[in-house]
Amino acid sequence: MSAVIEEHHHDDHHHGPDKGIMRWVLTTNHKDIGTLYLWFSFLMFLTGGVMALGIRAELFQPGLQIVAPEVFNQLTTMHGLIMVFGAVMPAFVGLANWLVPMMIGAPDMALPRMNNYSFWILPFAFGLLLSTFFMDGGAPNYGWTFYAPLSTDYAPPSVTFFIFAVHMMGVSSIMGSINVIVTILNMRAPGMTLMQMPLFVWTWLITAYLLIAVMPVLAGVVTMMLMDIHFATSFFNAAGGGDPVLFQHVFWFFGHPEVYIMILPAFGIVSAIIPTFARKRLFGYDSMVYATASIAFLSFIVWAHHMFTVGIPIAGELYFMYATMLIAVPTGVKVFNWVATMWQGAMTFETPMLFAIAFVILFTIGGFSGLMLAITPVDFQYHDTYFVVAHFHYVLVPGSVFSIMAAVYYWLPKWTGNMYDETLGKTHFWLSFIGVNVTFFPQHFIGLAGMPRRIPDYALQFADWNMVSSCGAFLFGFSQLLFMFIVIKCIRGGKKATDQVWEGAHGLEWTIPSPAPYHTFSTPPTDMKEAHG
Amino acid sequence: MSTQDAYEEYYVPHNSKLPIFASLGIFLTLYGMGNMFNEMSAGVDSSFGEIVFLLGGLVMGTTLFFWFAQVIKENHEKLYSNQLNRSFVWGMSWFIFSEVMFFAAFFGALFYVRMFVVGWLGGEGERGPSDMLWPEYTPEWPLMNTPDPERFPGPQAIISPWGLPLVNTILLVTSSVTITIAHHGLNDGNRKKLINWLVATIALGVVFLFVQAYEYYHAYNDLGLTLGSGIFGTTFFMLTGFHGAHVTLGTFMLIIMLFRAIKGHFSKEDCFGFEAAAWYWHFVDVVWLGLFVFVYVLGS
Repeated sequence: MSAVIEEHHHDDHHHGPDKGIMRWVLTTNHKDIGTLYLWFSFLMFLTGGVMALGIRAELFQPGLQIVAPEVFNQLTTMHGLIMVFGAVMPAFVGLANWLVPMMIGAPDMALPRMNNYSFWILPFAFGLLLSTFFMDGGAPNYGWTFYAPLSTDYAPPSVTFFIFAVHMMGVSSIMGSINVIVTILNMRAPGMTLMQMPLFVWTWLITAYLLIAVMPVLAGVVTMMLMDIHFATSFFNAAGGGDPVLFQHVFWFFGHPEVYIMILPAFGIVSAIIPTFARKRLFGYDSMVYATASIAFLSFIVWAHHMFTVGIPIAGELYFMYATMLIAVPTGVKVFNWVATMWQGAMTFETPMLFAIAFVILFTIGGFSGLMLAITPVDFQYHDTYFVVAHFHYVLVPGSVFSIMAAVYYWLPKWTGNMYDETLGKTHFWLSFIGVNVTFFPQHFIGLAGMPRRIPDYALQFADWNMVSSCGAFLFGFSQLLFMFIVIKCIRGGKKATDQVWEGAHGLEWTIPSPAPYHTFSTPPTDMKEAHG
Repeated sequence: MSTQDAYEEYYVPHNSKLPIFASLGIFLTLYGMGNMFNEMSAGVDSSFGEIVFLLGGLVMGTTLFFWFAQVIKENHEKLYSNQLNRSFVWGMSWFIFSEVMFFAAFFGALFYVRMFVVGWLGGEGERGPSDMLWPEYTPEWPLMNTPDPERFPGPQAIISPWGLPLVNTILLVTSSVTITIAHHGLNDGNRKKLINWLVATIALGVVFLFVQAYEYYHAYNDLGLTLGSGIFGTTFFMLTGFHGAHVTLGTFMLIIMLFRAIKGHFSKEDCFGFEAAAWYWHFVDVVWLGLFVFVYVLGS
């Protein structure tokens, strides 16, 4: 693999990074841009996290004590928007930037300048979104799903800026996804077929396809809102012949694939980590690819399961119930394959593996509560309760977020050249694991007992579990400062990492030095034996 | 090792000032537009929004000019390998796919309204709320009367597909033919043919836009068909309006390709800028056919 490392070309663009802040502003390097995405995502994670703690502090006890109800609504809305669009999605894009070129033996992303553009739109978009807190009427207060007419007729004036912030995020996501797809389709090292790609690359290929398909639909729905608000159109107004339910259809046509956009890359990460620490090849590679594609396909035809209670016709309710349940099949294939990979493996439990195993178990819990919600008659009871909150936080926090943390621990030695502190990493894992379960598991109980979501005050019978949940939230929240400390400590130094880093790791990224040089694979690798993990 | 020997360097610029200006440009444009709309709806007399919007447009336009100029320059310096050119081809294809999905949202809204909402507003399927709000209301498509005519006064008439829309259909379909002839001219190395037929295509695009503008004028002033005239006007103007915006952008792209053709750019092997513009043009043409069928013919 020496050909990979030697930089004997005459080209002047092969030198290292620039000095100073302008390196980050002007960079076209996929590793720099990946780093920018990851730090931005972490900043947003903390921002959205502070809002979550505000929500949990208010809900610690019944009654109104900390924030006014209208502020509470703004906090829930902005928490959701920031976590979905600012924390989870950019984190996965950051990982794609860092890893996809190294995994497929490409010199960089396919369109490097556009890559920089995709990132630098985001600080502007989120700056605009956060600035709505200081506008007349306050920030968006209609929930992250911004149903019309709450987000049109009854919205604060800041809704206009919310709409344009969403447009900017959409432009960023579409360009980022085009870059990922083109990189994967066009930049693979010669000899690497599609079915030899690591699963993280596969899952991102499919995720990027989903993003390009549905972000324009999100742009469409916010544009309809904009027109209804400012130009007297009647998309979502029955008085003019439109229908508020139309909003929900268009929104969830985007929204349901969006849910998988936030979990498919996580599947890819876990499919990389579990084989490494089980010291076995991934069980059922082909079926993993087909399962991912099936989930992506199904994601387009199940959207109205979010709308069982709005009064859709009975045939629609039945269709969307059965179609939704079908998703359990490919998802079950995946969970089975992860477990089968661990079966009789020589397992060790380093921090990434702990997060990955917790992912498999806790994501499955979230999947099961999803199946419960998919049952139409039952959903009439669960709809808009804390049970729903518990469900999607189980798939998003110990699901997506845990996978991102697993990925950071797993590839951090490759990125920095140093091993992170294993003891601190495990401490972070256990604090997070306990915190997350203490926060969200009781929400199943209070939800089933009938506590509605998005409410700052509640009846007394929900008090005990809410208090437990709030304690867990603060434990989980403050544990993330330890995460930040571990990452910074690792960047600043530590035990030197080997090239392979992990004894059982396979894949092209482990054939290059640690830390990964500024430019890798300027000429493509020829040995494909190591290509797929 | 033969593949490695044959491998051409994939050009990765070391850094670029363009994207950060483009980010600033898109931000200023949209922030200005947001202020403009809010000032308009609140009845505030202020030109802050307009100034920011124009400034943003200036930054964005200038940046895009230099961005494309840079790409053309690098291409002429032979920095781009075949592999890199394939990245552009893939990139443009997926961009057009994203545009298709944007239109799909609006077509979907139209179909949903026609298939379900109209019936439900008339009480079909025992849909309580709208029945209780407007028990006397009997809707039919096209929706000439709305449930609440005071807030959304319905149109007196709508536009017949067999007048100007048919003319526009012929114009756009013809323009798809003329751009193909221009492409043949390029492939044959016949620059005069390329330029002449490109001019013809642009002319057809411009005439289309004028006809469309006249149709809008007619709808607003003579027919009472407006954005605010209920769901028919809403879907009509949003679908045809976004299409018109795309024709405008496509015409602009073709004009740039015309300037480049006159300057002597493009050869049979190296003409992706032209091809991308042509693909985009065919895409807006296909969208128009969808509009003609579903909005004009089946809509009236």
